Amino acid sequence: METAPEASRDAPPKKDKFLAKKKKARRYWEEETTPTAAGVSLGPPRKKKRKRELRPQNTKNTHTPNKSHISKKPQVPKKRRERRNLEPQRSLSGAQDPFPGPAPVPVSVAQKFRRIDKSRKLPHAKSKTRSRLEVAETEEEEISVKAARSQLLLAEEPGFLEGEDGEDTAKILQADIVEAVDIASAAKHFDLNLRQFGPYRLNYSRTGRHLAFGGRRGHVAALDWVTKRLMCEINVMEAVRDIRFLHSEALLAVAQNRWLHIYDNQGIELHCIRRCDRVTRLEFLPFHFLLATASETGFLTYLDVSVGKIVAALNARAGRLSVMTQNPYNAVIHLGHSNGTVSLWSPAVKDPLAKILCHRGGVRAVAVDSTGTHMATSGLDHQLKIFDLRGTFQPLSTRTLPQGAGHLAFSQRGLLAAGMGDVVNIWAGQGKASPPSLEQTYLTHRLSGHVHGLQFCPFEDVLGVGHSGGVTSMLVPGAAEPNFDGLESNPYRSRKQRQEWEVKALLEKVPADLICLDPRALAEVDVISLEQEKKERIERLGYDPEAKAPFQPRPKQKGRSSTASLVKRKRKVMDEEHRDKVRQSLEQQLQKQEKAAKPMGVWPSALDRFVR
Amino acid sequence: MKVKMLSRNPDNYVRETKLDLQRVPRNYDPTLHPFEVPREYVRALNATKLERVFAKPFLASLDGHRDGVNCLAKHPKSLATVLSGACDGEVRIWNLTKRNCIRTIQAHEGFVRGICTRFCGTSFFTVGDDKTVKQWKMDGPSFGEEEEPLHTILGKTVYTGIDHHWKEAVFATCGQQVDIWDEQRTNPICSMTWGFDSISSVKFNPIETFLLGSCASDRNIVLYDMRQATPLKKVILDMRTNTICWNPMEAFIFTAANEDYNLYTFDMRALDTPVMVHMDHVSAVLDVDYSPTGKEFVSASFDKSIRIFPMDKSRSREVYHTKRMQHVICVKWTSDSKYIMCGSDEMNIRLWKANASEKLGVLTSREKAATDYNQKLKEKFQYHPHVKRIARHRHLPKSIYSQIQEQRIMKEARRRKEVNRLKHSKPGSVPIVSERKKHIVAVVK
Repeated sequence: METAPEASRDAPPKKDKFLAKKKKARRYWEEETTPTAAGVSLGPPRKKKRKRELRPQNTKNTHTPNKSHISKKPQVPKKRRERRNLEPQRSLSGAQDPFPGPAPVPVSVAQKFRRIDKSRKLPHAKSKTRSRLEVAETEEEEISVKAARSQLLLAEEPGFLEGEDGEDTAKILQADIVEAVDIASAAKHFDLNLRQFGPYRLNYSRTGRHLAFGGRRGHVAALDWVTKRLMCEINVMEAVRDIRFLHSEALLAVAQNRWLHIYDNQGIELHCIRRCDRVTRLEFLPFHFLLATASETGFLTYLDVSVGKIVAALNARAGRLSVMTQNPYNAVIHLGHSNGTVSLWSPAVKDPLAKILCHRGGVRAVAVDSTGTHMATSGLDHQLKIFDLRGTFQPLSTRTLPQGAGHLAFSQRGLLAAGMGDVVNIWAGQGKASPPSLEQTYLTHRLSGHVHGLQFCPFEDVLGVGHSGGVTSMLVPGAAEPNFDGLESNPYRSRKQRQEWEVKALLEKVPADLICLDPRALAEVDVISLEQEKKERIERLGYDPEAKAPFQPRPKQKGRSSTASLVKRKRKVMDEEHRDKVRQSLEQQLQKQEKAAKPMGVWPSALDRFVR
Repeated sequence: MKVKMLSRNPDNYVRETKLDLQRVPRNYDPTLHPFEVPREYVRALNATKLERVFAKPFLASLDGHRDGVNCLAKHPKSLATVLSGACDGEVRIWNLTKRNCIRTIQAHEGFVRGICTRFCGTSFFTVGDDKTVKQWKMDGPSFGEEEEPLHTILGKTVYTGIDHHWKEAVFATCGQQVDIWDEQRTNPICSMTWGFDSISSVKFNPIETFLLGSCASDRNIVLYDMRQATPLKKVILDMRTNTICWNPMEAFIFTAANEDYNLYTFDMRALDTPVMVHMDHVSAVLDVDYSPTGKEFVSASFDKSIRIFPMDKSRSREVYHTKRMQHVICVKWTSDSKYIMCGSDEMNIRLWKANASEKLGVLTSREKAATDYNQKLKEKFQYHPHVKRIARHRHLPKSIYSQIQEQRIMKEARRRKEVNRLKHSKPGSVPIVSERKKHIVAVVK
């Protein structure tokens, strides 16, 4: 362990000076020589590495609304350390705590858990409401720090693949990876050679434990792919277009040539749903218990699988639908069309929520990442684009591929896989919420047939690929979220736990009409209806009960309170108010002009000169 | 090439034996918990529905009185003991845990007008229509002994109410005037009057123990300081106040139960505007009592129902009624703040839960955590229309329901007239009087 003064070499010089004054730091088991414990316990070196951190034991820090105050480390800790040195914490044995106070929390980690958007302006509230909001905000800040600190307890680290200096990771073969990793991981790579039943679609269950695949020639199978235990294998004697697990691994939806069928994990047909015919693609929304089906007839149908009712059947008016994906963040369905647009759908609205023109040709594949911020699309124009879904729908990056990608998939940690012919390419980004950089390929793999289905396995570093030669499970280090939450989706859950989870999940089934672009909108202040109510109230009462009373000058001492002076005072206040109003409106106009002049995030174009 | 694959050891995630608890690793990353708000909303909706399903507030009815119950008193030391006085002069002492009567005294001839316990819990006082004040021992007479009061004071006029000081051996009665008595003497220490009218109730302030409040039938509420010979100040309302109750947590707040169907919470320091007007009853309010937390109070009304109001809200949170309950005359909130007792015309004392859907008895820690979580959720989503509608829904007897409709129409008509008058007169000539100030006639010091 390093001592603190030595570790502070890269710290600002001001701090160095301060530390140089002190005595050399000692280990906590060493005897104390002087009663004034100056320069003792400067904390572990771990703290030095983190430049920005929250220290919640200092209540002043956590409660200050000013965020920059928290993050500025070099100035703040100086005082704090001095204070701590005056009264060191001592145990019964006389030893000092080498790590006093709760563990530090980096600001960036705590930021991830923040829920309240402070930048959003609320209408002027009454003081009681305002104080309640303030309390809620401080509470939320404390909670986010606590949640961030609990990250220290996470057991697993994500996987990674790094080339030795200059080595390109894209050149590394699957066989090399299999050779280099442990036996348990190597067993996750397998190839099912099923040439007979044609190209395969596949789907992993939400826990990542089970795999189902269905071939064009009617072969349907489900297995526990970790233990390689087969659950069922049937031939439905009909073309299988798509296959999907429902909320648990016990139910399986299969889009067959004519109708939609539901099987259980024994392969017994439970339902044949004739209202959904000629289905091409399936998507399951697990929190709403909705099975979304896209059909050849151009209908997007939502089936509530908990009660067996069709919630909505929406006509997309765009011909055959064969490209569909869901946004896991807000359960909006993305449909790709032959005219190059991607439309966003919710069962509550008859028309698309948004339409994005993505490609010049038709759209071949769409995928949305787990945070709901990025959408990857590929089209007949051989382009692969990544769009920002947070409001602007602007393309972030574009790449032209030699062949064009027919299938796309995002992993839990933001890796993007694309199937192009018989090749699978994978791109990686900087982290979970950052878009994958399309310049550098992370991994690539050639298969024995054309790719027909792609999915990353949840909570395992595995990419499942269905192709015309069977099913391949390939290893992609760093693809999956290493730490699962036992109450949401637990790959190791027992039968009892699954049953309990199922009951809980059904109890909190989210109604279909709550699907919208922003799922947090439900918890925000409804400003529009608030203002509407206010207006109605004023109309009903005949006056505004919250209106400010007009200024009435107070009568002054005798002789001073002439009518002329009263009027003058009144006029003065009125003029001041009027001036304020004019000033405000001028400022607003200026801001508007500035905004209109510079549209954000768009390159200046040569055609801009014609804009009036 | 450096490579690391995610490889979990199942031993870390699966329990070792069947006797162990299942392992549940947690990760609070928001991307692993999508739809947080909609799911919480659904949970809140479910919690609200369950609350209405489990709302079974009625616990017991104590019967035995042979005439309407006129007054109730809590025991200051024992939660299980309750005293009640009836219109035939009978006083009964009840055991709430066993739900039976443990002692019966024929205390007065005519009504028992008031009953109060001494702060130590050893004795209690009653006043009746026979112009006497009697002090009784809390314990019953031993075998062979006669049931007799400790002291009897013969007065000149009828006493209509009594209350005991919270710390000293002093009590106050009311009738023609407010009398302050020393327990040892047969004559009052001092008598205070303000005008000539009968005073219906008198209450000591539990915090500032020298302060008293009383209400008289000439529509006023009078405040007294025991250390002075004259009253402090009074406020005159539109209609008569039946009784008042001091907030046990905030010394200067009291609530008055009025004949005009409303309750008024006053700040003693500014009597000209009540802090809040509580309206929901459809008939005269006869009694009011604060919860020991000081956050809520319960009111008894002539409309055969009792209602629970938050101190700072104008509308009630809860209404209790049964088919058999007639005009409720007196009501008390128990000292553990969990139960409510009410005595009514048809000779019964009823015991209710203060929180209608609360589960009684010891809760396991998981149950407790679940109720706390549900409570927080309900609080968070209380303003959403679906949640609000379910939480507010109450079944009401036909008489109350139709009266509410009727009064709503009347109020609407009055309001419309006011708005029209405002519209068609010179601006500023018709003053806008707020609902709070409307009912106050004058404050006199």
